[in-house]
Amino acid sequence: MTSKTATFSFGDRLARRLHLAFCAAVFVFLIAPMLVVIPLSFNAEPYFTFSEGMLALDADAYSLRWYRSVVEDEEWRLALTNSLFIGLAAAAIATILGVLAALGLASPAMPGRALVTGLLISPMITPIIISAAGMFFFYSNLGLSQTHLSLILAHAALGTPFVVITVTATLAGFDRNLTRAAASLGAGPFAAFRRIQLPLIAPGVIAGALFAFAASFDEVVTVLFLGGLEQRTIPRQMWAGIREQISPEILAVATFLVAFVLVLLGVVEYLRKRGGQSPVGQ
Amino acid sequence: MALSLAAARVRAAALTLPLVAFIGVTFLAPLGLMLARSVHEPLVADSLPDTLAMLNNWDGVALPSEDVFEVLGRELLSLHQQRSLGGVATRVNRLESGMRSAVVRTARQLRDADPGSWREAMIAAAPIWNEPKAWRAIQRAGERYTLRHFLHALDLERDTAGNVVAQPPDQRIYLSLLGRTLMVSVVITVICLILGYPVAYLIANSPPSRSNLLLLLVLVPFWTSLLVRTTSWIVLLQNQGVINDLLVAVGLTTEEGRIPMIYNMTGTLVAMTQILLPFMVLPLYAVMRTIAPSQMRAAAALGASFPQAFIRVYWPQTLPGIAAGSLLVFILSIGYYITPALVGGRTGQLISNLIAYHMQQSLNWGLAAALGAILLVCVVLLFLLFNRLVGVERMRFT
Repeated sequence: MTSKTATFSFGDRLARRLHLAFCAAVFVFLIAPMLVVIPLSFNAEPYFTFSEGMLALDADAYSLRWYRSVVEDEEWRLALTNSLFIGLAAAAIATILGVLAALGLASPAMPGRALVTGLLISPMITPIIISAAGMFFFYSNLGLSQTHLSLILAHAALGTPFVVITVTATLAGFDRNLTRAAASLGAGPFAAFRRIQLPLIAPGVIAGALFAFAASFDEVVTVLFLGGLEQRTIPRQMWAGIREQISPEILAVATFLVAFVLVLLGVVEYLRKRGGQSPVGQ
Repeated sequence: MALSLAAARVRAAALTLPLVAFIGVTFLAPLGLMLARSVHEPLVADSLPDTLAMLNNWDGVALPSEDVFEVLGRELLSLHQQRSLGGVATRVNRLESGMRSAVVRTARQLRDADPGSWREAMIAAAPIWNEPKAWRAIQRAGERYTLRHFLHALDLERDTAGNVVAQPPDQRIYLSLLGRTLMVSVVITVICLILGYPVAYLIANSPPSRSNLLLLLVLVPFWTSLLVRTTSWIVLLQNQGVINDLLVAVGLTTEEGRIPMIYNMTGTLVAMTQILLPFMVLPLYAVMRTIAPSQMRAAAALGASFPQAFIRVYWPQTLPGIAAGSLLVFILSIGYYITPALVGGRTGQLISNLIAYHMQQSLNWGLAAALGAILLVCVVLLFLLFNRLVGVERMRFT
């Protein structure tokens, strides 16, 4: 359906219209549910639907009360702190270990690459309920259940595949002659990595780190199995909000999270424009 | 030269070693230990060693002799004093209902009086000791290594003669649940393909500025929290939700006739389809944008109509994308937990939810592990297929 072709039959034009209408409907299906949440989070009433006042655009029907109650709530603040702390620590571990492993996997000399790759990305494939159950027994036996440490390690393990895949893909486009040139100019392997290779693969590394952080930030099942009250994260609080005491507070948090994703994608988009041939590039 | 190659191999392997060790300890070991619970259940064997040793010589038909009663009675009594009787009682009860209360009551009453005859005292406490099936339950619960959880997960059990037979009809739930999970995954995969293919085509064949914008419409939901997206479906679909309100307002249904669209299978299907759709669109788009538009123009110039050109030229080249997207959506579907748990109600639960139930509520960890192992085998086989057809290095997240 190339728009440059001059001769469209009537049937082709009709088909094109239908195609566009169908796609529009699918985009509505993808996006609309999230958009509905945003105005409802400003509902002055404790309901999950539009009040008559809201539909009439009456200013009194809108309020920031749910945002206020989230911000003032100790539990939500603890949840945000936990989410950020666990997410950042897990992403740091995942990124360091993942970049090292990707450097090894990208080497033509790597022995048993297929097997090692399979093992390293297994946390991404395994259904989360099985992983979480296994970790529950493991950290309970170690006396580490209901600690931040167990969640950091669990989320780091779940996040590494994203780093490995993203950085390996970046390294596939990396010209090894550059490190050889650095070596011939007297740089040691570490200096060559830090001064030459790392800056060039940085977009891929940052993208991988962001993905690992986002994976942790959205993870709820291991938190359900490993975390106690002190380890509640934002998704865990939302889970409780949906399951137990449903309140429009979670709509305010949902709106905040949608905004967070827009910022995150903005950063990735910026990296892509800067990074040229990175894997996140088109 | 050979030496430097060896050095390069060692260096590459050494770079991967920290992560291999990390994943080995924090992921693969926990996974393996958990799956081992499906065949290894030592608690009863460790708790009742003397009774089980004596039952080894039992014919399984007549009642055991007085000294077997005495040994079991003494072992139950000492477990009761150590406050560790509960786990044993629960496990024996899974093989013969009524055994939990029999075991607990027996231990409690034996504590009160030193019996003249252990047999009479125990049968007085719980008449079930008069029946061989009680002793068979003890014997089988005492198997240190067992396949019964796998049999149970496949709706099978062993009869009194040790043959593998089907469970009674009212207890056959796991195979049908596995079948339902596979069926739901197929349906979701097909719907995602039908919805995703035209969208990926549109994005791949739009001018760059518009295609970037359209891609963003796929990426924003892709990266938005699962909990957020599930919440938004609850807001839309619940009985007092936005869609039902709208239907009532425009008169398509009445206040009493509000349609139950959530907390059932419909809720699971709708929410999972929306959540998994980007996993279909992105691989399809990745393949489609490598297909030059000039191919379709060439086909048209050679006299093909659009449907002909599409079927003979375009569609075959998108098959790798279809394979990638479909396998990805299918793999994610069969292991899905969160969304069915939150919006599935009673009828929209999948196999993962039952594993969670046995992990957290019934505490039948052996059965949870067996179900998990079966699910994991399905996923790994599908993933090997994915890796062969597509290659993991071509996965993308943005």
